[in-house]
Amino acid sequence: MCLQALLPRPAPHASFIQEGSALRSVSVDLNNDASLLIDIPDALCERDKVKFTVHTKTTLSSFQKPEFSVPRQHEDFIWLHDTLVETEDYAGLIIPPAPPKPDFESPREKMHKLGEGEATMTKEEYTKMKQELEAEYLAVFKKTVQVHEVFLQRLSSHPVLSKDRNFQIFLEYDQDLSVRRKNAKEMFGGFFKNMVKSADEVLIAGVKEVDDFFEQEKTFLLDYFSKIKEATAKAEKMTRSHKNIADDYIRLSATLNSLSAEESTNYYIIKFCLKLFQNFLRVCLKKVEGRVASDEELKLTELLRYYMRDIQAAKDLLYRRARALADYENSNKALDKARLKGKDVSQAEEHQKRCLQKFDTLSESGKKELTNFKARRVVAFRKNLVEMAELEVKHAKNNMTLLQGCIELLSGN
Amino acid sequence: GFYRQTLHTNKTSIKFLNKGKLLLPLDFYCETSLCFQALDNRNVMFVHLSAFYSYRSLPFCRFFLQIEEEEGGDSFDIHISVSDPEKVGDGMNAYMAYKVTTKTSVALFRQRDFSVKRRFSDFLGLHSKLASKYLHIGYIVPPAPEKSIVGMTKVKVGKEDQSSNEFVERRRSALERYLMRTVKHPILLKDPDVLQFLESSELPRAVNTQALSSAGILRMVNKAAEAVNKMTIKMNESDAWFEEKQQHFENLDAQLRKLHASVECLVCHRKELSVNTAQFAKSAAMLGNSEDHTALSRALSQLAEVEEKIDQLHQDQANADFYLFSELLGDYVRLISAVKGVFDQRMKTWQKWQDSQMLLQKKREAEAKLQFTNKPDKLQQTKDEIKELEGRVQQGERDFEQISKTIRKEVSRFEKDRVKDFKMSIVKYLESLVQTQQQLIKYWEAFLPEAKAIS
Repeated sequence: MCLQALLPRPAPHASFIQEGSALRSVSVDLNNDASLLIDIPDALCERDKVKFTVHTKTTLSSFQKPEFSVPRQHEDFIWLHDTLVETEDYAGLIIPPAPPKPDFESPREKMHKLGEGEATMTKEEYTKMKQELEAEYLAVFKKTVQVHEVFLQRLSSHPVLSKDRNFQIFLEYDQDLSVRRKNAKEMFGGFFKNMVKSADEVLIAGVKEVDDFFEQEKTFLLDYFSKIKEATAKAEKMTRSHKNIADDYIRLSATLNSLSAEESTNYYIIKFCLKLFQNFLRVCLKKVEGRVASDEELKLTELLRYYMRDIQAAKDLLYRRARALADYENSNKALDKARLKGKDVSQAEEHQKRCLQKFDTLSESGKKELTNFKARRVVAFRKNLVEMAELEVKHAKNNMTLLQGCIELLSGN
Repeated sequence: GFYRQTLHTNKTSIKFLNKGKLLLPLDFYCETSLCFQALDNRNVMFVHLSAFYSYRSLPFCRFFLQIEEEEGGDSFDIHISVSDPEKVGDGMNAYMAYKVTTKTSVALFRQRDFSVKRRFSDFLGLHSKLASKYLHIGYIVPPAPEKSIVGMTKVKVGKEDQSSNEFVERRRSALERYLMRTVKHPILLKDPDVLQFLESSELPRAVNTQALSSAGILRMVNKAAEAVNKMTIKMNESDAWFEEKQQHFENLDAQLRKLHASVECLVCHRKELSVNTAQFAKSAAMLGNSEDHTALSRALSQLAEVEEKIDQLHQDQANADFYLFSELLGDYVRLISAVKGVFDQRMKTWQKWQDSQMLLQKKREAEAKLQFTNKPDKLQQTKDEIKELEGRVQQGERDFEQISKTIRKEVSRFEKDRVKDFKMSIVKYLESLVQTQQQLIKYWEAFLPEAKAIS
């Protein structure tokens, strides 16, 4: 059974915008500048590959047309991210984290279970599970579209990164990017990427810090990263439990349905009772519990997940700065050596000056970036926490109304 | 009150004065006179429509309106609670003593409010006595709670942890439900063993507590079922009712077991959710500590507190899921085994009657043969045996009719109680869900200003 066969093509523009506000709020102030507006209005799933339609509207003269769309794959986004990371000029910037690979593991697992259990399930149960599977698949789909969209919008709203040549190519180039991707790999060879990442913690921690600001940031970010990673993992577990309960209610309502069919040969009262209870479970709890699970997930878990990646990007900035500092210190040592030997002094002086310059630029832009980052983070957390609390209240109130209606009907009978 | 009415009309609509007016229009031609109970707000009318004959050629269908007779009314008032579990003794001889308190206005009892101390084997002993007295004549005797070697060993060994506390609570609740079901039965309530159990301060120790657990009943049922396979039952009116009911209980059994399994799953997941919520709360608190923006740090700590409270809510909800829903279903799965047992007792009774009839037939044939021989002593003996067998056959027939009658009444009573039980439990369960939602609203509304205060 092909996943594709189960599902209709996702609805275009409107529905994504409406329901897609969740992830937009992880990074506020995106897509406000009308000079470059990017969105992903449509996406198509072929087997396991997702094809995104990237739509750009711009008033900038650097682009050939004012409005255009191109098809892109996940690998193209990764290519873009990596080229930005590898660009020396951007060493002092926080590069927005790359969107994670589309993960259809969970719905795929469910589909497998559905296929296996088809023989033992009643028609009702099968239909219900199939619906549930489709809903979950759609949710994963929406999430991955949003994550890729936010990545592009972070770039477009950054004063420096939005002007990047590769970014422009990504948006505009109407041919397949995969050829370019292969070339890029050969060109760059992955300097930064291939370096042992675990070294960065040691390097960042070990370097003697001259600047109070960076000293504080370093301590803060290292600690915060481990805490947010932990919180993300726990939040994911929590929302998974919620989903399990929503699934249980689905199964319960299917069984109650069969039970009430049996009781139809029996007394009216219990049949009414059961039908009501079963309807309640099906309509109210499944929807609401399911909705609670996904809203909670979107607001809280996605928020944490996103900022975990963002903080990693900030740490990468610190790492690059630490390397620059190490380079500068090495150049100093080299200059002293040169002076002692009396050889290649001017060369060493040049090198040292360059290193210092690089370090200073990095520090300056780094400071700006990190300050903005904090502000952005606080705003995003506020927005999400407020929205989450409001949604919880709304759902609980809905739930209560439905439940009380049920109780009234049952007691009155 | 009761009133008789002979209905010969072609079209009659019967209005049942229930809390919600239930209107049943019926086209029927009724041959027999019917008794049915007038309704007041407390009693519920059960109408069992059995379409035994349906003549499609006729312009109307023929229904036999069969109304199950109610005995008296459930106007007796008795409430039993099982409480204060107390460990008595030490080591492997230790046991749990429970306080059984009865509050009643029923005249059978010497007092209105009294309590005694009982242990688990006492309950099993009671059930064993009742089963031996009443099961074979067609009464549905509520099964006693299951034994649990693992659970009890933990308690004996003295493990004062959460799981052994939960076990004791689970058992206490099960014993209470067992007693309530037993005394709700109008016949069992009057039984001297029941009275003694509730009233006497000292009870002789129940030695042979091979209680008829649901497993035991099932064994009995299977043995009877083997015998059934050798029989052929004539399809007549009353047997159609029995066959239909048996099928109904088979189906019900299967459905309830499935439902029970689903609810057990729900309880498990709810407990998992509680654990995960608690863990998340801790991690949120640590994140709040690490956060250097003051207002955000505060909000995260508040979030951690909210989630901690919600964890407690989940635990309470899991308990409600379990006690109101899961245990109810478990009880009914066992009860239905008892019902099936009763049907098979009827089969056995029928078989006994048939056996004596066959024996009588043989003896009569033997008598006929002996008429032509010169063995006056043997002839007389045979005549005596025939007389005895005739008596047995008559008794067998009476027993069979009696047990059939009893079962009809019992099934009606059982179904009526089941409806009440389910409805009450469902309402209680929904109320527990309402409670949870109310608390959630409170917690999140309190958190909202904290979140908004981040700037």
